[in-house]
Amino acid sequence: MAQPDDYGFSEEASLLKDSARKFFKNNFSTDKLHQMVADNPDSSKPPESPWDKELWQQLLELGWTLLAVPESAQGLGLPAVAVAGLVEEAGRAAFPCPLLATLNATYVLAACGDSGNAALKEIAEGATATLALTNRTGSWLPQDTEVRVTDRKLNGTAWFVQDARKVDRLLVCAKKDTGHSLYWVASDASGITVHADRIVDLTRDQAHVEFLNVEAEEVCEDGLKALEQAFPAIWTMLAADVIGAAEWQLQTTTEYARTRTQFERPIGFFQAVKHPLVDVMIQIDEAKSLVYNAACAIDHEPQRAAEYAHMAKASASETAAFASSRSVQFHGGIGYTWECFVQLYFKRQKHSQLLWGDAAWHRARLADIVLGEIG
Amino acid sequence: MSDSASKDTLEQAEFRQHCRDWLRNNTPAEPSFRLPISALEIMTEEQLTYLKDWQQSAYDAGLVGCDYPVAYGGGGRSNCQRIANEEMHRAKTPYMPNIIGLGMAAPTLLQYGQEEMKKHLLPRLFSGEDIWCQGFSEPGSGSDLASVQTFAQRDGDAWVINGHKVWTSLAHFAAWMIILLRTDKTQKHGGLSYFVVPISSALDQGVSVKPLIKMTGETGFNEVLFEDLQVDDGLRLGALGHGWQVATTTLLHERDAGELVTPRSGGMKNAATHNANTANLIDLARNTQYNGKAAVEDPLLRDRIMRQLIRETALEENQRRTRLPALLEHPARLQLQNKLLRSEIAQQTAALALEVAGASASLYLGDQNAPAAGQWPLAYMSTYGNTIAAGTSEVQRNILGERVLSLAKSK
Repeated sequence: MAQPDDYGFSEEASLLKDSARKFFKNNFSTDKLHQMVADNPDSSKPPESPWDKELWQQLLELGWTLLAVPESAQGLGLPAVAVAGLVEEAGRAAFPCPLLATLNATYVLAACGDSGNAALKEIAEGATATLALTNRTGSWLPQDTEVRVTDRKLNGTAWFVQDARKVDRLLVCAKKDTGHSLYWVASDASGITVHADRIVDLTRDQAHVEFLNVEAEEVCEDGLKALEQAFPAIWTMLAADVIGAAEWQLQTTTEYARTRTQFERPIGFFQAVKHPLVDVMIQIDEAKSLVYNAACAIDHEPQRAAEYAHMAKASASETAAFASSRSVQFHGGIGYTWECFVQLYFKRQKHSQLLWGDAAWHRARLADIVLGEIG
Repeated sequence: MSDSASKDTLEQAEFRQHCRDWLRNNTPAEPSFRLPISALEIMTEEQLTYLKDWQQSAYDAGLVGCDYPVAYGGGGRSNCQRIANEEMHRAKTPYMPNIIGLGMAAPTLLQYGQEEMKKHLLPRLFSGEDIWCQGFSEPGSGSDLASVQTFAQRDGDAWVINGHKVWTSLAHFAAWMIILLRTDKTQKHGGLSYFVVPISSALDQGVSVKPLIKMTGETGFNEVLFEDLQVDDGLRLGALGHGWQVATTTLLHERDAGELVTPRSGGMKNAATHNANTANLIDLARNTQYNGKAAVEDPLLRDRIMRQLIRETALEENQRRTRLPALLEHPARLQLQNKLLRSEIAQQTAALALEVAGASASLYLGDQNAPAAGQWPLAYMSTYGNTIAAGTSEVQRNILGERVLSLAKSK
């Protein structure tokens, strides 16, 4: 299968992206975000997970979590490029919500075949979910999961579970005597304890989730196969979030460089500021082009989806780091304060940078595909 | 990778088929002699003749100037040059020799030339009969282009030109030059006017062309001296004092950011031609020993090679995304990055190849033990031509910062 030249980014996808952008612009300012997540800088307070559930409810009513659900499970089955456009806008707003987590679960369930359909229907009806498969050392390889299943009961702990306190369901990868399977379970089921992590990123929450004899429903026998199929979408959507957030960082920092005056000139006049801002833009654009290429591959060229998604996430991770670094540096003293908005995006981007594999991790896997594995 | 054919309009699809049919039987065989990396390094008449023959036949078949009006020797089509370029590349044709004419002079002539001038000059430009060169830079005017001093003194209906242009690629073969001249010494940008002037027919009659040797040892660019060259006012493009605006059109096209797609062929894998791309880099890494094993198995080199592959793919994808306004934050944002990225990515790839080659990277053209016949050091050095010419990378970053990000101008 070949990719269409226009990425298959249809009129409908364009309208969806524009309406998402307007939605956040009208309903969720950065000022509101700051008030919501950063009202108290005290680091000794218990971890919180503030988010605007009413606004999320509106998004559910707009059908956002339905978009990636296949039509066979009563979803809209939109192409990945259209979903990426939406995620880019949610990233631009740094909107705290379980959108990415639910999309991740959706793509994995869709790769499970018929056995994933019942869970997908729950998502289509508004349930939110997240993946629970990372071990204590932060391995992004699901076969390293610490959760075990015996007698249809889950035991062990899943680490680095994203937005765990916002979601209704967990999609757990657990090791059996032979192989790994996927389990679908309510996040408040008996035997589950969600331990909130204290994390740098104020716009997300994260937890390690303990399972003690938890009864759970198996939704996929060959869990690793489903995950392998879904990972390109997981990496690509996170990369889409990153480029949206990076564009906010670029625009905000550029605006500051246009207005902040030193030595009788706006600081953006000076090439020590101007040129690195251009380099931030260049990195964003490279990552963005790779994101839509990867999303299009998921839709039209699945045999190369992993290759292109590795490129997209590697590029996006570098972009997240560089755009964040320059955003704080060029805001000067004010950029180093709690009060300044750039810290919110800086922290979100540092989280995104490493989540589901940092740049070097993805380049190593890309090399295995392109150059062959090292013997 | 995209299959561009799948999104063709009816006109494009028919035209693509025409290109394919013609190229199947008319793609020239590789020459027995070496061709340089690009048309800018053409040194011998033998090279020039081979390449001019190719351009003439491609023009006769309708693959050059497809989007220009028929009245000026064009094909009268719309959005078809890109199709011809893709098909010529796919067929692995040689490149065209008249690249300055096609890429810079033609779109400027189309926009600003007088009717008779366009009818006379454009067909000969498309066919390659007239080779063109560009007279912008001077010894004292590089990045600050608007400071050029070569002066045109009014003399009735004519102008008398005196001055010195440099880095003038192809001038030694050129019939015509597009030239930025000062017609008023009292103002900077507003004192510039834009002309086309004869070169080959005026040699020793007001024009002299002297070759300059590049750091690679190649020739191909020159300095051009004007001593009392007299030209008619009819050779002026655009109004008097509007030379800077006209030059902007030329520069946008030179940097692949103009409205018209430049006719461009290529893809021929000449034994001695070597592009600084990751496919060639990976080839080198597979065939080079590094710390006792194939370089391609070294984890650090793998990481760095993948960085290059990722950026190179991103550059291709930028081209694709340029055609999709819904995914652009600013209309000119990607196009204005094109030249900068293309040149810098190639430079990094070539630099990495020299590291992969290790001690063998010391061996240059003509050494029988050199990897890839010594082409990598040449390719690496050649990339500086591209990060410097047509506006240095530093100037490109100024342009991007000022035009796209609206940061304060450097003047």
